[in-house]
Amino acid sequence: MIMPEYKHSVSLDIDKCKGCTICLKHCPTEAIRIRDGRAQIDSRRCIDCGECIRRCHHKAKKAIYDKFSSIPKDKFLIALPPPTLYGQFENLDDIDYILQGLLDLGFNYVYEVARAAELVTEYTRRYLQQKDIPRPVISSACPVITRLITLRFPYLCDNVIPILPPIEIAAMLARDEAKALHPELKDEDICTVFISPCPAKVSYVKNGFKSSKSNIDYVVSLSDIYFKLLDVMKMQKVDVPVSRVGMVGVGWASSGGEGSALLNDRYLAADGIENVIEVLDQIENGDFPCLEFIELNACNGGCVGGVMTVENPYIAKVKLQSIRRYLPVTQNRPPKDDTAIPEKFSSSDALTYSPLTLSNDMAKAMSLMAEIEKISSELPGLDCGSCGSPTCKAFAQDVVNGEAQYGDCIVKMREIIEAMNKKEGDGKSGDN
Amino acid sequence: MSTPLVFHYVVDGENFTSAGEASVQVKKNLRVLGISPEIIRRVSIAMYEGEINMVIHAGGGEADVSVEPDGITIVLTDHGPGIADVNLAMQEGFSTAPDNIRALGFGAGMGLPNMKRYTDEMKIDTELGKGTKITMKVNI
Repeated sequence: MIMPEYKHSVSLDIDKCKGCTICLKHCPTEAIRIRDGRAQIDSRRCIDCGECIRRCHHKAKKAIYDKFSSIPKDKFLIALPPPTLYGQFENLDDIDYILQGLLDLGFNYVYEVARAAELVTEYTRRYLQQKDIPRPVISSACPVITRLITLRFPYLCDNVIPILPPIEIAAMLARDEAKALHPELKDEDICTVFISPCPAKVSYVKNGFKSSKSNIDYVVSLSDIYFKLLDVMKMQKVDVPVSRVGMVGVGWASSGGEGSALLNDRYLAADGIENVIEVLDQIENGDFPCLEFIELNACNGGCVGGVMTVENPYIAKVKLQSIRRYLPVTQNRPPKDDTAIPEKFSSSDALTYSPLTLSNDMAKAMSLMAEIEKISSELPGLDCGSCGSPTCKAFAQDVVNGEAQYGDCIVKMREIIEAMNKKEGDGKSGDN
Repeated sequence: MSTPLVFHYVVDGENFTSAGEASVQVKKNLRVLGISPEIIRRVSIAMYEGEINMVIHAGGGEADVSVEPDGITIVLTDHGPGIADVNLAMQEGFSTAPDNIRALGFGAGMGLPNMKRYTDEMKIDTELGKGTKITMKVNI
């Protein structure tokens, strides 16, 4: 089966790109090349982690998302704010100020993603009680991680918990709630808008699933909404309290929140894409303490570190701590009687290992690899990036694949020129 | 394929924290070659155990991994103390690892048994005071 091409939301503003090597050197999956003085992103390798957006000095890397103005205003608009949003504001002592602000911006209804996160926490606890599941169980919340696992970690695909991420469940339940409150609403009258802290969640929504599309209709940038909210937020007590989340749901915004909420101390929480890759390598090697749950976030600090946020992730975390202090532990619990993960919240698409190989034919792949090894052994090993490939090894592969020329290596080129000069010099002295 | 594809790694015995790096590199190479996950898993576990053994007992060594269409051969060579009693060393739970290594979670006496379990062939050539050479093969 040919998989449809993965749609990305990290992209390049070609006019701003200077062709420097910063993004090249920081891309964790070596998905970037500099060709003709501009960066190029290889969509087969990109995991939408946003590291290049974070690193680029020239603001040439950007996330693609829906503009607030593009949302159809004639629909019943539901805002899906993530708990990360609550950590962005100064002196905020009540989440309702934000939620009221969203209503004032033109949304008809608000459903907090943290509510769905609290349900996922409870379902995860129940899932962990089952005996015959692959352990450690890995969180499915960060789309960067799930994509990374399918590209690189065949043995961990089955460890990812088969539950939809909180954003998807939130959109589903938001629709149900809206229809219960307004029975006249039809599905097509409702438009769900997720306020995303990162490009990876935009990609998650745009790619949908094998058999169905996401329940989320639009994804806007958290920073865009933040600035709009500043204009309308009144910081006054609202008449009807809107927020229905607890400490658990709000905790999901930063690294360790999801894991600690399981009330099981055998969990690990890693954040930052490089750290995450190291942890996954170690789990796959089997060189790992006996753990129940692994929470992995591509961004430093967790979702508060997303590139579409405004506040520094660690400051946001502190702000969230003070917001959490006066909240009940949790305000959203699934019914006691449904024990396992209900069908409607189960992820229909099992993760399948789909590595990027040199060739579909193994013999061909082996001869290509032999060539790569040979070229690689002749290269200087500086990994300087001047050739436009992130490492000498990657350059050797690019040369073998016909995507780069051997002479693009400036160190090799200098050796060649020096050898030519020397030869020429020798020739001249011979003449005299 | 006339000549096998060979990857050569030097396993640094001085730096315990780098143990396991060659195994990760091998895994990466086998993945791009399109080798099945099951084979990759067996090779990388056997390789990892061997690498750790060389670091703990032999002050490091060398690893050569050759890939051929019918199988993957791993040769681990060190110039350590050698294995006094191979049969004993092959028993699960037998270990001569010192306490400081055990404190790190290694030295459970499963290294050699795991290497045998995850490979199709394993041969140990060892001489006291000279070193050890372990040859393992995983059929594709």
